[in-house]
Amino acid sequence: MNVLTIREARKSYGATQALGGVSLELAQGEMLALLGPNGAGKTTLVRSIAGRVQLDGGSIELMGRPLGGGNGRERLGVVPQEIALYPLLSARENLECFGQLNGLRSAALRKRVEWALEWTALADRAREPIKRFSGGMKRRLNIACGVLHEPRVILLDEPTVGVDPQSRERIYEMLERLRATGVSLLLTTHQLDEAEARCDRIVIIDHGRVIAAGTLEELVARTVGNHRRVAIRVDPLPAQPVSGFNGESDGALLRAQVDDVGAELPALLKRAEAAGFTIQDIEVRSPSLQSVFLHLTGRELRE
Amino acid sequence: MIPTLLRIYWTSLSRDRVAQAMTFLLPILFFSIFATVFGGRGRDGMARVPVAVADEDRSALSRKLIRALEQEKSLTVRTTARPVGAARGAAEVPIDRARATAMVREGDLSVAIVIPAGFDTSVARFDGGGVAIAMLSDPSDPVAPQMVAGLLQKVAMTAAPELMARNGIGEFVRYSGPLTAQQRKAMDEWLPALESESPGTPGGAGSDTAQGGAARLEAGGGFSGLVKVESVEVVGEKRDDAMVSFYAAGIAVMFLLFSASAAGGALLDELDTGTLERVLTSNVGMTGLLAGKWTYITLLGILQICVMFLWGRLAFGLDLFHHLPGFAVMTVVTAATAAGFGLVLATLCRTRQQLGGISTIVILSISAVGGSMFPRFLMSAGMQKLGLFAFNAWALDGYIKVFWRNARLVELAPQVGVLLGFMAAFLIAARLLARRWERT
Repeated sequence: MNVLTIREARKSYGATQALGGVSLELAQGEMLALLGPNGAGKTTLVRSIAGRVQLDGGSIELMGRPLGGGNGRERLGVVPQEIALYPLLSARENLECFGQLNGLRSAALRKRVEWALEWTALADRAREPIKRFSGGMKRRLNIACGVLHEPRVILLDEPTVGVDPQSRERIYEMLERLRATGVSLLLTTHQLDEAEARCDRIVIIDHGRVIAAGTLEELVARTVGNHRRVAIRVDPLPAQPVSGFNGESDGALLRAQVDDVGAELPALLKRAEAAGFTIQDIEVRSPSLQSVFLHLTGRELRE
Repeated sequence: MIPTLLRIYWTSLSRDRVAQAMTFLLPILFFSIFATVFGGRGRDGMARVPVAVADEDRSALSRKLIRALEQEKSLTVRTTARPVGAARGAAEVPIDRARATAMVREGDLSVAIVIPAGFDTSVARFDGGGVAIAMLSDPSDPVAPQMVAGLLQKVAMTAAPELMARNGIGEFVRYSGPLTAQQRKAMDEWLPALESESPGTPGGAGSDTAQGGAARLEAGGGFSGLVKVESVEVVGEKRDDAMVSFYAAGIAVMFLLFSASAAGGALLDELDTGTLERVLTSNVGMTGLLAGKWTYITLLGILQICVMFLWGRLAFGLDLFHHLPGFAVMTVVTAATAAGFGLVLATLCRTRQQLGGISTIVILSISAVGGSMFPRFLMSAGMQKLGLFAFNAWALDGYIKVFWRNARLVELAPQVGVLLGFMAAFLIAARLLARRWERT
């Protein structure tokens, strides 16, 4: 069952088209990565779901109901990229305030604040002004303030930007706990390894359009293909192309692409040895989201 | 090293228009404003001092005196006014002592004079006897009564020189014996000629031509003047207390504007940190957000003014507790209006730096024009009119009415009404300006 459906979302700012007809779905309990280069339209799309951008055309449905200008977003949680918290308030006070702003009152509010402090592992620092918190602590609290009112769909804009690996791990543990309760998550990120490892599906947008959507395997099959890249470091340096290596060789590396590693790799090694090289190292690389992303969006810098 | 640092700072300054304005334009602007306000040298020159005159004497001399006062370029003389409580447009009647007192007490003007019956026989007496002109004054204006007192002495001579001479000779005869026949004849020939030169007489000489004579007479040692003037302060029981209340209000309102601007600027901080965006994605709309901000800034302002006046009570003996109802009304309305003003500044600016520069310029300007730094009644007429466009001037007028004139609540209606109008305009403007932060 889809909890969020976007159809042909269009938005322009003057002559600049930010969204050129974006369509995507988010299923219940799904974690979906929304990827794209800078200026691709990710933020505009997320802000339009959050009600902060008025679409020129298209529609957005949340839990089967069309989203209008202001209302109907009670089941939606938004976690901005910025640490959008009040620095002089404590963790508990921030949670209480954002809980109230999202409609929580009295016992329900207290219960959710306690839950959030435990969920973020900030219970023992609950009374401190958050300006003393580390980046990771603030980011966890930033997420908590967006999910306090128990939304069924959560938008997370770069939820792990600027935090250390331990905090990143903790944040994804928190998100997994949410997902286990059936909550659906749509997150934008430039951390492709995270999207690859953590998300069920990936949507890549560029120039305001969806250019690819699916699981990592589906995207790989549709773009760079399933072959593995093999790089063999040899000595001495190859002076000329070596027969059987179909990739470009550079420096001390002989490169090739193989479809069946078990069957083809031994033959490659024998061929290198037969050519008089000593094999120093071997690297076999699977197709990655990085390669898919660059394949689809190109290597040109986006400013 | 130093040239590199200079290059960095100079290049930064050359690309920062706000910093340039603060560095170069602000001093020029403030110099111009303060030169105009304090120097009293606007295009229209100094203000004409309004003065009400009640003529109880109704003699030829009193009429001449009034006509001479009317010809003074620095005075605006009123001899008639609407009766107390009469509707706007009602016919004016001659001002009497009670009306003159009320006009000063209500702040319509700073000084009024009452020419008492028997005045015409009391001028130019050396013994201090006779009736005195009563000068009713508002001590909040230290200049106007002094000016009117001086002009009274001057015009007493220029208005009726023959009467002055006649009474003076009478005094001479009284103390030195009768004139000789020759002296009497010379006087009889001279006095008609003197009368024809008086400004109160059609075709007579202008008042300026006789100024030297008045100055000579005033210079006479031990002589208080040709006319006896009794000064009566009809407003303010304790002058020091009133001045404290004036400065408490002036400074409180000026800093209220700064704090309102700073508190409103928190909107820009929230914009930077993303909390504004986050709040707007919750159940709170822009109208609700601004209402919350406005309420907070209003409460903060009320607290700030209360602290200022309480300090005035503790440190300077300001009589706060006998004026609490008026103080409460003026404080709530002033704080609410200043809060709206702070929101306008915050929603007008795009960055904190802009807000800092613009609010400094605007607040200091309207504080100067509105009378927070320098009483408005001492400014030129043009500046006084300009001050009416500064809402803080109305706030200060209200506080002065409360503390100085012991005004009843209903008498604060003009100030409260205008302030509420300003507040509504500010809130509407802030709401319209804040639309850029709403859905794009």
